Amino acid sequence: MHQHTRTDPYTDRYAARAAGMVPSEIRALFAVASRPEVVSLAGGMPNITALPLDVVGDMLGELTRRRGTEALQYASAQGDPELRARICEVMALEGVHGSPDDVIVTVGSQQALDMITRIFIDPGDVVLAEAPSYVGALGTFAMYQADVVHVPLDEDGLIPAALRETLERLRKEGRRVKFLYTVPNFQNPAGVTLSETRRAEILAICAAHQVLVVEDNPYGLLGFDREPMRALRADDPDNVIYLGSFSKTFAPGFRVGWALAPHAIRAKLVLAAESAILCHSSFTQFAVREYLATQPWQQQIKSFRVMYAERRDAMLESLETLMPDGCTWTRPGGGFFVWLTLPEGLDSKAMAPRAIAERVAYVPGTGFYADGQGRRHMRLSYCYPEPDRIREGVRRLAGVIERELQMRDTFGTARARERGGVDTPGPETC
Amino acid sequence: MADLNVPELGHVIVLAGGLSYEREVSLRSGRRVADALRALDVDAQVHDADATLLQTLQQAPPDAVFPVLHGSMGEDGAIRDVLELVGVPYVGARPDACRVAWDKPTAKSVVRAAGLATPPSVTLPKEVFHDLGAAAVLECVVRRLGLPLFVKPARGGSALGASVVREAGDLPAAMVGCFAYGDAALIERHIEGTEVAVSVIERDGEPVALPAVEIVPAGELYDYTARYDAGDTEFVTPARLPEEVARRAAEAAVTAHRALGLRDLSRTDLIVDEAGQVHFLEVNVAPGMTETSLFPRAVAAAGLNLGRILHDLIVARLR
Repeated sequence: MHQHTRTDPYTDRYAARAAGMVPSEIRALFAVASRPEVVSLAGGMPNITALPLDVVGDMLGELTRRRGTEALQYASAQGDPELRARICEVMALEGVHGSPDDVIVTVGSQQALDMITRIFIDPGDVVLAEAPSYVGALGTFAMYQADVVHVPLDEDGLIPAALRETLERLRKEGRRVKFLYTVPNFQNPAGVTLSETRRAEILAICAAHQVLVVEDNPYGLLGFDREPMRALRADDPDNVIYLGSFSKTFAPGFRVGWALAPHAIRAKLVLAAESAILCHSSFTQFAVREYLATQPWQQQIKSFRVMYAERRDAMLESLETLMPDGCTWTRPGGGFFVWLTLPEGLDSKAMAPRAIAERVAYVPGTGFYADGQGRRHMRLSYCYPEPDRIREGVRRLAGVIERELQMRDTFGTARARERGGVDTPGPETC
Repeated sequence: MADLNVPELGHVIVLAGGLSYEREVSLRSGRRVADALRALDVDAQVHDADATLLQTLQQAPPDAVFPVLHGSMGEDGAIRDVLELVGVPYVGARPDACRVAWDKPTAKSVVRAAGLATPPSVTLPKEVFHDLGAAAVLECVVRRLGLPLFVKPARGGSALGASVVREAGDLPAAMVGCFAYGDAALIERHIEGTEVAVSVIERDGEPVALPAVEIVPAGELYDYTARYDAGDTEFVTPARLPEEVARRAAEAAVTAHRALGLRDLSRTDLIVDEAGQVHFLEVNVAPGMTETSLFPRAVAAAGLNLGRILHDLIVARLR
């Protein structure tokens, strides 16, 4: 008797929203990127070796001893009140003045984004996102079957005229736009920052079209060349939901982020949080609260800035020196990422295996678009490797691109046939 | 609980990971092999092929090594040469046989000489396209082999870089995709038919074919995603072949195993055309052992226990 089996025996039972949850073969290549022989310019992990771990360790031990019965117990879905008050102090550095009562503590800002999408998006609703946009956000939007429409950006961030044009077109088509998702500071992946003048324009356009703004701001305090810019939320508290995180300013392992939302939205977010997780970890909330109360966290952020600035400089200098003609890239004033554009005809996804063979990794641009764009681009991270490794990585990458140019000249194309699936690696690379 | 009928085995290192494109698959295979051996109370430990390997092998020599490194180094004989240098017993083909099997055009020549049918093909390094002009070369290929064609790296696994080409205009992109994973392309006439994989194990030194597994991918190609990521690929065991054809498929796998000088285990990929002719495609000296892999399915179809099979292969090496 013949036995019929499948690689996935549950394939007939999944919800429609699970249909796209298939990794591509490119994602498997990132298993190689974790080896020390490979210079990974793919990872988005903050470099936390600069944290005073002995001090943090003592702090956590003391926390457990003094307040263990609270720190190890369930808490409210909205999050610890004292931490929420501290969060308001952090946001004030970027001009945001909010009430602790309008803050909800979340499992990273990723959970905040998930809940916002869950409470606002019906299948087919439109979410506007920058072109390119943050891969973690695109994954969330796909999970809730949103229709993502990208709006172009340039070196000054989201282009207001393009936003206006897109909104008007969608209105004529009768499409329902629920919110604009934006990472205005040192954007992941493009590295660009929304200029001051454009901020007011973007807010005005969204208000006129009754489109909420979801402002995701993990990198706002990590600018190298100037003081933090005024957040969008500071100038429009009723139409902006602000997302923040301690992942880059303290450590991602605590998984503490937050949302600051208009009161009615915040109330729904608390109910959404309860249904997903009951409540956040009390222990990690207490840890972050303690850190903010007792440690020189602003000084720590300053030292992070110095460290990341040195790495950015190493990357930009080596790109300038080594990259073949026809390559262009952004020049971030902070954050973690450079967005590189390849010469015409090259394909960052097709060349990823060749890069791995040459022991350098990056994230192909296709992962940062919901509509198949991005093949001429790649995201390069400078946050994690030491400056010398960054220079070596760029050297290897330049060699790969040179060979790709030869491939293009030989075959008239350097693009391979499209295969579907999720291209981006796991969370440590987001 | 230990099976009293299973001879005791000491410490075994399952070699998995490495730096190839197939690292992730290899790690999954390695974990599954180690789990299967541990279920028989074998002290099995997964170890990466990295800078600490030689020190481990020399300072704490295992009784045997079970390599499940996929891709180059794992399948081209290199790691096995190292194991021989260190003097550690290991399961699977010896280095020379690996070198022949890993190079698909060479493997095709050897099995053709042993009487197996294999699709007509040409093997071309990328320099040929660069030096002679890609358009002219591809035109010659199409004129000689016709369409459709199957393009894949001459050395490689897991269908990485492989594609079926039905229109000549798609060839350049197929070549670019192929050269992403290797420097030479094997271009074969594509045979439509039933795709089957026949796994072979040695018992008392004699290769024995396990039941053929028929592969029915949801898409056109049993590519990397179809192989390793849970999805719509369907498997039928034993393959839906007439008895005589099934016998010839089994015979082809055993012939390939012998002709290539393989040892202990292998998996041969075949295609059976509409006339029932069996065509050799390629052989694998380190078949995948993941949850979605073909070798474990064949073992299960034969009513055998994977851990016991692996254990017995190791014991045979130690005799």
